[in-house]
Amino acid sequence: MLQQLGMGMLTSVLIFTLTLLGALPLALPIAFGRMSRFKPLSMLMRVYISVMRGTPLMLQLLVVYFAPWFVFKIPLSNGYRFYAVIIAFVLNYAAYFAEIYRAGIESIPKGQYEAAEVLGYSKRQTFSRIIFPQMVKRILPPTTNEIITLVKDTSLAFAIGVLEMFTLSKQIASAEKSMVPYAAAAVFYYIFNAVVAWAMERIEHKLSYYR
Amino acid sequence: MNVLEINNLKKSFDGREVLKDISLSVKEGEVVAIIGPSGSGKSTLLRCATLLETMDGGSLSYLGESAAAPDASGKTVYRDAAKLKEIRSKFGLVFQNFNLFPHYSVMKNITDAPITVQKKSKAEAENTARSLLAKMGLSDRADAYPYQLSGGEQQRVSIARALAMGPKMLFFDEPTSALDPELTGEILHVIQALARENMTMLIVTHEMAFARSVADRVIFMAGGVIVEEGTAEQVIDDPQNERTRVFLAKLTRE
Ligand SMILES: Nc1ncnc2c1ncn2[C@@H]1O[C@H](COP(=O)(O)OP(=O)(O)OP(=O)(O)O)[C@@H](O)[C@H]1O
Ligand SMILES: [Mg+2]
Repeated sequence: MLQQLGMGMLTSVLIFTLTLLGALPLALPIAFGRMSRFKPLSMLMRVYISVMRGTPLMLQLLVVYFAPWFVFKIPLSNGYRFYAVIIAFVLNYAAYFAEIYRAGIESIPKGQYEAAEVLGYSKRQTFSRIIFPQMVKRILPPTTNEIITLVKDTSLAFAIGVLEMFTLSKQIASAEKSMVPYAAAAVFYYIFNAVVAWAMERIEHKLSYYR
Repeated sequence: MNVLEINNLKKSFDGREVLKDISLSVKEGEVVAIIGPSGSGKSTLLRCATLLETMDGGSLSYLGESAAAPDASGKTVYRDAAKLKEIRSKFGLVFQNFNLFPHYSVMKNITDAPITVQKKSKAEAENTARSLLAKMGLSDRADAYPYQLSGGEQQRVSIARALAMGPKMLFFDEPTSALDPELTGEILHVIQALARENMTMLIVTHEMAFARSVADRVIFMAGGVIVEEGTAEQVIDDPQNERTRVFLAKLTRE
């Protein structure tokens, strides 16, 4: 049982990590698209973000999982389950992060851009050297909230039978007629969250050298 | 030679003409102060001159190099990006609210653009920065962050940041307006020192004492036009135009 739960934990941590690795960078071009002056692109991103935020993640997960079969008649394979989770989570979280990035970028005073422009920085240099570092500091608190939500959201993968922590605890609990696996799962998520919160606090602390 | 030359500058916002046919040239080593009521277009003029705002009509050149000029139809067209980048290196701008980069130390605020934009070596940029900081009386603040400085210190850092690029001309938009009154003196001293070194400067200010003590020429603007110009004695002490008189009378009453 312990070994099984260990596998479940590993899967949950893997879903969490891969989602962040995918969604955090993907959100940047989405945010840029959303802020673009090219109307069709900004409209498209706006719709994308509102659909991702306006429908349940579990539903999105089912759509990503079953779409290959219903749309393209590609038979569902067992291995695809895990990828479906990662794809759905990345697409969903990138939308949330994109809105956070956008708010962060838009909160940087215009004077920062103007000072950089007069000093001769290119658009790219202005963003990477002046705007982006300040944005990161500003978006840290809302990003931390999303990341903590993600820890708990990884359990939604049970909806398509991916063997992560929650799915496994549920299986073992009903097989052995015991509450212990659930308790173990609760402790796991709690500690996972505490670690994440601690790590984010460290990053915030690192960036507190300026105001 | 004229460091800055602006001819027939026109600028509208949403169909409302804010600058109406402004012509202005500034000679090498000259210090010009612009005064005038709020909304008269002083900042817009500075922003057009520093390429932060595009002109609708007229021409702009630095040291004889054209940055923008009217085409056959009379609409102003700008030179290509590479040329504008070169022209930007000829001037610096000091903002009312400093606009220092908060995530950079004082040293990095001053050296980042020389290193990133002008491709100077770090050692060279830091040498220049150190001598500028000494000149500004801020030698011991190199490692501080902007939030740790007083307004007057921040403004001196922003002047050093502009000077580090080796500009031929400096623009100031109300450099003391965001400061406590007792701190305006230190900025005035810095500008006076720059004037002694023959730096060409165009300064928008609300402080007549400031204009009087540093400017070779004072320009009074109102409603998007230059109403009157001359020495400080002429414009401030003996204004010829009615609008100048009204403006100055209001100021002294305050
Ligand atoms: N980006 C803009 N969009 C629309 N109107 C603008 C813009 N910038 C300036 N204006 C208008 O242009 C006019 C001139 O503004 P400007 O800031 O140049 O005045 P100013 O002489 O600098 O005034 P102050 O002494 O208050 O700084 C004002 O009526 C202002 O509202
Ligand atoms: Mg102004």
